[in-house]
Amino acid sequence: MPHLDDVYTLARYLLRNAADAEDAVQECYLRALKHFDTYRGPAMKPWLFAILRNVCRAEYARRVAAPSATIDAPEATEQTPLWHEEQQTPEAALLRERDASAIRRLVDTLAEPFRETFVLREINDLSYREIADAVGAPVGTVMSRLARARAMLRSAWLAEQEQSK
Amino acid sequence: MTCDEARILLHALIDGELDAGHAREVETHVATCPSCAAELSAHRQMREAMSKADLRFTAPASLRRRIDAALPGTLAKPAATPSNIVPLASRRSMLRGFAFGSALSALAATLVVGVVLRNDDRQLIESEIVSAHLRSLQPGHLIDVVSTDQHTVKPWFNGKLDVSPPVTDLTAQGFTLIGGRLDYVDARAIGAVVYKRRAHIINLFVAQTSSTARQPARTETIQGFNIRRWSDRGMNFWAVSDIGADELAEFGDKFEAATQANKEG
Repeated sequence: MPHLDDVYTLARYLLRNAADAEDAVQECYLRALKHFDTYRGPAMKPWLFAILRNVCRAEYARRVAAPSATIDAPEATEQTPLWHEEQQTPEAALLRERDASAIRRLVDTLAEPFRETFVLREINDLSYREIADAVGAPVGTVMSRLARARAMLRSAWLAEQEQSK
Repeated sequence: MTCDEARILLHALIDGELDAGHAREVETHVATCPSCAAELSAHRQMREAMSKADLRFTAPASLRRRIDAALPGTLAKPAATPSNIVPLASRRSMLRGFAFGSALSALAATLVVGVVLRNDDRQLIESEIVSAHLRSLQPGHLIDVVSTDQHTVKPWFNGKLDVSPPVTDLTAQGFTLIGGRLDYVDARAIGAVVYKRRAHIINLFVAQTSSTARQPARTETIQGFNIRRWSDRGMNFWAVSDIGADELAEFGDKFEAATQANKEG
């Protein structure tokens, strides 16, 4: 099973739930096998991620239909202006190191398109072009989402740090 | 360059995605703009803080078994487009064993180079690095300067390269320095420092890069060879060998520690 941990990692961040992530990963590999003729080498990872993304879309739709579950509205948040949420001088505020679970919690608070791009870059280690391929967006969009994701994550990190003082 | 542009491009700089010209432009802007400089260092610092935590998840063994069990059932179904059918057995082995083979030649065709982004696609470089490693293993190709003395190997590179590769003898740590070589990767001269571990050869390739940020090591496997790649102080490093990934990691760690000690001492 190539890249199983990578695919599972992305699924965990996209769906934020272990059981749903496992189902999505299984479905992803089944679809990958079925649609192998659409695979254009050599980058297998972005291709698998694109399939996983589609599987997750279906899961989002199901969650929206089920009233108990909550989900981010991806499009609404994308309209907010870039930068400006971080007005204090950044070098004055040093990030305290956090353990993995604390950072994961912070990443989970990011809205969907930003979280996805951020995870693909920082955790799955894809290049910008591979991310663009996986999410079907231009490289410029990938860059601006990543910039915004990092700015938001940093603000959340600092805010949490402030609270725990 | 405006601040708005710089604030997007500085991320590409951090990620090593800019070509040399644009990297210089961003660096020039940052040098004269305190607020963009603060932004850059803030994001570098966050990256640093994140790099120490393992944020990946490991798929549970039960999931692996579940998928394994589910796959053969799907294989029985006929594929939708008869003209494109890859034989099921080969699809399965592709998903399971995953051999690249002809896929690599498709790389050149699918490479679309952006205006801003650097054009040294990492995978392309890494496959060239593996080719250079293979070439070096041909009789008579391994070493240009034969020496186990770091003070002979290091000066030998002077005038041959645009960087001075750090050469460190790691004999005490189980990796014997046996010499150096000039190689060509991506149509550029690149230094190769050669080490030996038991009967295995380790080629450590060193090339200049526009980014001075430290990038933590990552290991990949191409054609059965392990490649460990990291960046430090304006240089890219690739250690290639047929030894196991754990031993190669040990090599990388010891090399970095020894280089660090040399710089500070």
